[in-house]
Amino acid sequence: MKFFTTAWHNIRRSPYQALAAILVMTLTFLVVSFFSFLIVGSSRVITFFESKPQVTAFFKDEAKQENINALEDSLNSTGKVASMKFVSKEEALSIYRQQNKNDPLLLDLVTADILPASLEITTTKINDMASISDMLKQSSVVQEVVFQKDIVSTLVNWTTAARRIGLGIIAVLSLVSVFIIVTIIGIKISQKRDDIEIMRLIGASSWYVRWPFLIEGIFYAVVGAFIAWLVASSALVYATPTLSAFLKGIPIFPIPLVFFFGLLGVEFLLAIFLGFISSFLAVLRYLK
Amino acid sequence: MIKLEKVSKKFGIGYNALFDINLSIEKGEFVFLVGPTGSGKTTIFRLIIRELLPTEGSIIIDEWDIINLPKQKIPHLRKKIGVVFQDLKLLKDRTIFENVVLPLEVINIKPVEAKQRVEEVLESVGILEHRDKFPVQLSGGELQRVAIARALILSPDILLADEPTGNLDDDTSWEIVKLLSAINEKGTTILMATHDTDIVKKLGKRIIGLDKGRMVKDEKHKK
Ligand SMILES: Nc1ncnc2c1ncn2[C@@H]1O[C@H](COP(=O)(O)OP(=O)(O)OP(=O)(O)O)[C@@H](O)[C@H]1O
Ligand SMILES: [Mg+2]
Repeated sequence: MKFFTTAWHNIRRSPYQALAAILVMTLTFLVVSFFSFLIVGSSRVITFFESKPQVTAFFKDEAKQENINALEDSLNSTGKVASMKFVSKEEALSIYRQQNKNDPLLLDLVTADILPASLEITTTKINDMASISDMLKQSSVVQEVVFQKDIVSTLVNWTTAARRIGLGIIAVLSLVSVFIIVTIIGIKISQKRDDIEIMRLIGASSWYVRWPFLIEGIFYAVVGAFIAWLVASSALVYATPTLSAFLKGIPIFPIPLVFFFGLLGVEFLLAIFLGFISSFLAVLRYLK
Repeated sequence: MIKLEKVSKKFGIGYNALFDINLSIEKGEFVFLVGPTGSGKTTIFRLIIRELLPTEGSIIIDEWDIINLPKQKIPHLRKKIGVVFQDLKLLKDRTIFENVVLPLEVINIKPVEAKQRVEEVLESVGILEHRDKFPVQLSGGELQRVAIARALILSPDILLADEPTGNLDDDTSWEIVKLLSAINEKGTTILMATHDTDIVKKLGKRIIGLDKGRMVKDEKHKK
């Protein structure tokens, strides 16, 4: 308890240093927060697409119904198809209307003519998707084949890259914040050199002298992490309507409270670790 | 018990601040350490609390060989020995109360008990009324008493007083010496460094004389 009071005293005595330490920690943890959102969100999106071994063939406008039926028959005869669903131009329009019912402008722009008819095919085995999509591509009535697997692998590539860059930025920022806290605690220790010397001479142990500085470092990191978490979570909640409109149909929103508090817990642990490491380095360096 | 055997201390190269000191002080003794400026009095004190290590020789404090004392035991040693430092070493940004309570905080005593103990000690050295002032607001003699109070707060077995009467008028000096004698009568071993020959003579206690780092005198008690 005594240590907390002393630490609080030391913090209050130089508010600008405290502000700098907290700000750099906030910045670090903001990146950590947004990075976590990205990782968790993208993995949800990927799982969503992966759970659908689906190929969609869009037909040319001039495609005749009999040609389409013939194609369906030959697909069925392969025995690889689990289900098939034909979506006519009219149906496509009504799905589109359903999805954009709140947006009259988009509704007016589109008519059944613009939207292509399509065939959604799911296979029993993911491995069979390639051969099915080859068959579709060879057909003369098919305009374009969209392979969910392509979407998935593009997404995976993107998120792998994002993950690397994100981790890189987090590593650099963590290092910067550790250095800043080491420096700030170091300055504090130098300022209190005489006091520390006296404490030692009257019988204070090393840990007695160290604890307030360790607590100070942890304090900066934890406060920084909390502010960052608050800002990032509010931003996410605020952006939820926009994001859920953008990611239509993918079950991410609303984000469960457990996720937010889990993130807070993890960030607190990380903050305690970073704060402790920084102030411990400072104490080792400046308090022999 | 304090025992120094063949203790020498060199600072840097060549210069001997202390040379071949042999002395033994029994529990409950009152000993004056006298000698001109630079003769090594403060250095002996710093050796006893292991602020310094001797270049040669051994130092025993109550069965503890303090030269080979493990680092983490040093705080224990220092809690047994109260020191009135020559430069007092009071914390300027803390009140008198906060300065004196410090050793109690270090050993983690309950605040209520600590408060009571500090008030008792401040009372016994006669500066209770100044408890909430800062060191700059006190006179030299009052500050000496604060330093004595802090040195006494843990009821140490040994009290080292480094010129506790430096810069004080005769009456005040005498009061401080009487205070130390009273503490000594309760069983605390006292080692006091001083230039004040009057006081030394009047009190008639054991006198150890130093000159240029050598022990030149060890006069036993007269009374
Ligand atoms: N850290 C140090 N480095 C070098 N020399 C030192 C150091 N400390 C003390 N000395 C020297 O050791 C000698 C003894 O010093 P000490 O402080 O013990 O004297 P003293 O007897 O206490 O003097 P005074 O009566 O003036 O307080 C002095 O010559 C001093 O210059
Ligand atoms: Mg001296």
